[in-house]
Amino acid sequence: MKIFWYRVKRDLLLAARSRNEWLNPVLFFIIVTSLFPLGIGPEVNTLQTIAPGVIWVSALLATLLSLDSVFRSDFLDGSLEQMLLSPYPASLLVLAKILAHWLTTGVPLILLSPLLAVFMHIPLTTIPLLMLTLLLGTPILSLIGTIGAALTVGLRRGGVLISLLVLPLYIPVLIFASSAVATHAMGLSVEAHLSLLGGLLFFALALAPLAAASALRIAME
Amino acid sequence: MESGVFKASNLACYRGEEPLFQHVNIELGDGDILEVAGENGSGKTSLLRILCGLSPPDDGEVSWRGQPLCEVRNNFFLEMLYVGHQNGLKDDLTPLENLALDVLHSEQPSQITPVEALEKLQLRHKNHVLCRSLSAGQKRRVALARLLLKPSKLWVLDEPINALDKAGRVAIKELIQQHSQEGGITIYTTHFPLELKGAPQVMTLS
Repeated sequence: MKIFWYRVKRDLLLAARSRNEWLNPVLFFIIVTSLFPLGIGPEVNTLQTIAPGVIWVSALLATLLSLDSVFRSDFLDGSLEQMLLSPYPASLLVLAKILAHWLTTGVPLILLSPLLAVFMHIPLTTIPLLMLTLLLGTPILSLIGTIGAALTVGLRRGGVLISLLVLPLYIPVLIFASSAVATHAMGLSVEAHLSLLGGLLFFALALAPLAAASALRIAME
Repeated sequence: MESGVFKASNLACYRGEEPLFQHVNIELGDGDILEVAGENGSGKTSLLRILCGLSPPDDGEVSWRGQPLCEVRNNFFLEMLYVGHQNGLKDDLTPLENLALDVLHSEQPSQITPVEALEKLQLRHKNHVLCRSLSAGQKRRVALARLLLKPSKLWVLDEPINALDKAGRVAIKELIQQHSQEGGITIYTTHFPLELKGAPQVMTLS
């Protein structure tokens, strides 16, 4: 367990020293979402209808943008070889990477979402729920995305391929999360949506580190 | 002295249809040193990656203490140290921060601290400088400081003296010799024979 937390800390330290890598997706999220009110016009009803979808699609694309860098630098400087040759289970070390990725990409998105929700005229009472769906959903995006990043790490231009691999798996998250927000804004119960999201999260948490670890082994051969 | 601790039998590696090497047999016991020589592109790095368990051989088997490598991976990784072509260092961390991870990777605590290891390799005044600003040779020294920090039975070194100056080469030579005297096994590739005492085994790939 010590090695797990040590690796998370180390990745966060690295993120603090090279800000571009995690700031770019966050800026992308802000820019895309804030362009919609400007492009569509300040009509409250229209914005309210599309708001959950827009925020979630931007969050999803922002995560996608950040995936290529999860293992890229480790691959280039040889740290990935050392990681796979460590006596600890590779899936544990991969999980540490995923946690660090979520803390640098997912968490900033969650924290910024209330501001963007106000831009998009989402009712104030719905904002906590929007944050809750992001809290459940963004870890799933990081978990599944890491599998794609692991599979494409050996390729020189893996970026496009990651999107093709990962996007179909992101769609259920997108559907349940954005419709939860829309449903709540209409005043209906969203328990079913949230339990489905929670279920997806635990499913991904159990399988993604194992899948990503074996994908890495194959990619490094 | 135990013989046959590390064995590889009938190894082969293919690039497409073409064999890169075939019928490679290695048997190493306590204190043995193996130098792998060969031209550029003769498969030295591929062989080392197979020997350290990073890639599976296309044919043949590697065994550690009499058991196939794939069955004893974790035990093998505890006793094996690989320093590859790439140093495995993070440019945005200092040498000390980089080495702290390797200390956690070993089961028994090492005899010396990272600071002392860097001092031995004449890098003391660079402890708190980011690796980004070190020269290629200095980075190589940081990577090789792992040899001192993670007590391991088997060292697998891919061109360890690459980018090192004369003093660095002598230091590495001494480390390998000392390792051998303590019963350790070393496999390394090089283009410049290290001229170790007590003639090591030499294998030439062609």
